[in-house]
Amino acid sequence: MKLTINGKMQEITADPATPILWALREQLGLNGTKFGCGIAQCGACTVHLDGRPVRSCSTPLSQAEGKSIVTIEGIASGDGALNRLQQAWISEQVPQCGYCQSGQIMSAAALLADNPRPSDEQINIAMAGNICRCGMYGRIRKAIKVAAGIDSERQQEAAT
Amino acid sequence: MNEMSEVIAETPETPKAGKKRGKWTRRTFIGAGLLTGGALVVGVAIRSGKPPERLRAMLAGGDGEILVNSFVKIGKDNIVTAVVPHVEMGQGAHTALAQMLADELDADWNNVRILEAPGDGHFASHNIAREFLAPELKVPSVLEPTVDGGFLTLAKMMALQITGGSFSIRGTGQRGMRAAGAAARAMLVAAAAEKWQLPASEISVDRGIVAHAKSGKRAAFGELAEAAAKQALPAQPKLKTPKDFKLMGKPIARLDIPAKVDGTAIFGIDVQIPGQKLSYAAVKAPPVVGAKVAKMDASAAKAMPGVLQILNMGDFVAVVAEGYWQAQQALNQITVEYSKSDADKIDTAAIFAGYGKALDEAGADGGDTLAETGDAAAFFAKAAKKVTAQYHVPFLAHAAMEPMNCTAWVRGGLCDVWAGSQSPLGARNAAAKTLGISADKVNYHNTYLGGGFGRRSETDNIEMAVRIAKATGYPVKLIWSREEDTQQDWYRPSASSRFEAGLDASGKLMSWNNIHTHLFDPQEAPLVSYYNIPNSLIRKVDAPMHLRFGPWRSVDHSQQSWFIESFVDEIAEAAGKDPLALRRELLAKSPRHLAVLNRVAKMAGWGSALPAKHGRGIAIAQSFGSIVAEVAEVDLTAKKPRVTKVYCCADPGFAMNPDGYTAQMESGIIYGLTAALYGEIMVKNGAVQQSNFHDYPMLRMNEAPDIFVEIINGDAQRLGGGGEPGLPPLAPALTNAIRAAGGMRIRHLPVAKHFA
Ligand code: FES
Ligand code: FES
Repeated sequence: MKLTINGKMQEITADPATPILWALREQLGLNGTKFGCGIAQCGACTVHLDGRPVRSCSTPLSQAEGKSIVTIEGIASGDGALNRLQQAWISEQVPQCGYCQSGQIMSAAALLADNPRPSDEQINIAMAGNICRCGMYGRIRKAIKVAAGIDSERQQEAAT
Repeated sequence: MNEMSEVIAETPETPKAGKKRGKWTRRTFIGAGLLTGGALVVGVAIRSGKPPERLRAMLAGGDGEILVNSFVKIGKDNIVTAVVPHVEMGQGAHTALAQMLADELDADWNNVRILEAPGDGHFASHNIAREFLAPELKVPSVLEPTVDGGFLTLAKMMALQITGGSFSIRGTGQRGMRAAGAAARAMLVAAAAEKWQLPASEISVDRGIVAHAKSGKRAAFGELAEAAAKQALPAQPKLKTPKDFKLMGKPIARLDIPAKVDGTAIFGIDVQIPGQKLSYAAVKAPPVVGAKVAKMDASAAKAMPGVLQILNMGDFVAVVAEGYWQAQQALNQITVEYSKSDADKIDTAAIFAGYGKALDEAGADGGDTLAETGDAAAFFAKAAKKVTAQYHVPFLAHAAMEPMNCTAWVRGGLCDVWAGSQSPLGARNAAAKTLGISADKVNYHNTYLGGGFGRRSETDNIEMAVRIAKATGYPVKLIWSREEDTQQDWYRPSASSRFEAGLDASGKLMSWNNIHTHLFDPQEAPLVSYYNIPNSLIRKVDAPMHLRFGPWRSVDHSQQSWFIESFVDEIAEAAGKDPLALRRELLAKSPRHLAVLNRVAKMAGWGSALPAKHGRGIAIAQSFGSIVAEVAEVDLTAKKPRVTKVYCCADPGFAMNPDGYTAQMESGIIYGLTAALYGEIMVKNGAVQQSNFHDYPMLRMNEAPDIFVEIINGDAQRLGGGGEPGLPPLAPALTNAIRAAGGMRIRHLPVAKHFA
């Protein structure tokens, strides 16, 4: 089966029913995408399929045939510099254990690609599929705004 | 790892040529030596003494083993390597510990590296071992002010090299890392003094440079490392006082974060063995804990793609396959019958009925007394006003984000194990014991932990993996499904607690009588000694249960704080007092607590008007050496309560890394809020009913309140923990807020079931 992963054409031999998650991790060695629940409830396995965020634990390879997948390993810009979300994740000191963060960043990246200046409400909706057991929701929200160049203070001032 | 073994070989226990060792006391050492390549290494070590039987099994080397707590290595290239004997599970321990060492050393932070000590007896957290194994041992006087025994009870349940009990900073950091840094600094200064023939007192150190101002002489650490190793060891290295701190107390960026934003951080589940093909195992253990596999039909599973082996291990079934998904798919096709027992009849209602019966039997003065002042029963009998209440909390699962897993390779009498464990030493020894080989035949490799919260201090995943790997002979990565992770946990115990309070005619709280069912630690969790109550009696009764239980973030404080602080609010309501005012009264003789309470009240604007059906709740708790008060703001206008804001003030004594500490408070608040709102593990026919995030729900971003944290550095000599203390006050602040908003008084968690 042929598909593009992080910009590179890859050939995978696997049962087409295999969830994308396990093909990425076990056949391609792309371990940044995590397993958390296996039933599309936690978002740890989020990747982009033709630009849309999908839960790779519950999306079979067959749905990716001929399409393009981007994982956390492929989100940095071409020259290897960190994506603005990754930079914001560092500047806001977001991760604790870090296990959920690949999925969080992938969901956030899909959000900003769609909506460069999301409101708090839009951020909440886009990120509600991603659980963080370390509870870093406040920092994730802040980092998304930093990456989007939305200054939360200024927003608040405008509102009052 | 080569570098690491080199360091191990240089512990004071095995002195080599050119090495010296200095004794602080009979069993406490600073050791120093020179490594090949001219690196200075300084370690702080304590001999474990005579461990009691139960812990002897965990101590790989047995009696008299030297447990090295803290190491620093200074290379010719000026790189300072802090060897940290704790695991990183997101609490920022690595960075904070390195900060403490580097500050005492006056190192250049840019040249500081961190190496996690392997699961080896040399690196056991001897501070725990020290007081537990050798209570008569004298602490070096230089470290005397840092001693605080409060956390030790938790340690008794666990292996030695644990990361839990909010221990790493206040134990290892205070006693080990700082001393090692200060000792290394003194030796570098002595080396410079000798080389320059100048008095050591005129020599200063700043950011990795040793200098003599008057003569203009300067040398980098690396130039002096070799000569420093030959200097006499300082008998009592002088530790800094807070006014001289340069790195301690600063919000330094955590060193583990960059690898956690680009997918490169290696968790247990990500382990690969270079040059080896891994196979994958999925497992199913009996739903009723303790049952055995009575009958198994694997005929359908055998023929499924990728399946390599199907194993009936007696107490669980395993499928080994080429891929994890294949293993799990095949496992789902296996039908298993389990052995029967009386536990099959147990359900949640029966468990709580059992608690009620135990409490009834204890009556007004039975059970084990934990603390007593005055005569609570006598006052209660004649009290002008009586308040009574009974509370219940459910079982909780840990639900760490990364499901339990472990990779093992057993061959030729040797074993390699890879996992993320809170107790690397315990993990290694569990593997050895399971296989019946000595611990030195087990090579244990620890990874990052995708959440611990106490769950990863257990070793059941390790034992399972090595048994499977022994059966296969080839390397196997065991991954638990989320369902298995939820149903085979070591749960936070459920509990019930009863209170009676007596008020005098003026409304003053005069008596406090509490009895609760009890399973765990720390013993001080139900005590309220910081509250000024003339008559109090606090008792527990044992209440056995069939589920496995283990430490869960903040352990017993997670239950007791909710009981205590709910009841304080009920007393306030009965007395017609403001909950803040009553607590102020009760804390009149506890100035640190009062300061924390007052600060959080100010942050939250306590007393200012709120819209209708909104309310504020306040609570304070002391756990693991830290005092934390929180105010939750709740909106009851919709069908379900919404927590809009949480204000938190914490006094950890001194926050080594304030941003890291703040993040820990935020984390404890969300973890505690998730549990208080939704957390409930229920039992039916002896088995846990919940299985995954759809029926064991988690708080998500759309429900996450805005959190505001302020820190008071109340006493730099007494450090408190960070990982756990943010959690206990949250649940009572929440339920108190619901009451204040005009809702019901919740006496049975979780909150959600009252709004269903
Ligand atoms: S692992 Fe895919 S959503 Fe949880
Ligand atoms: S950082 Fe640990 S689960 Fe999100």
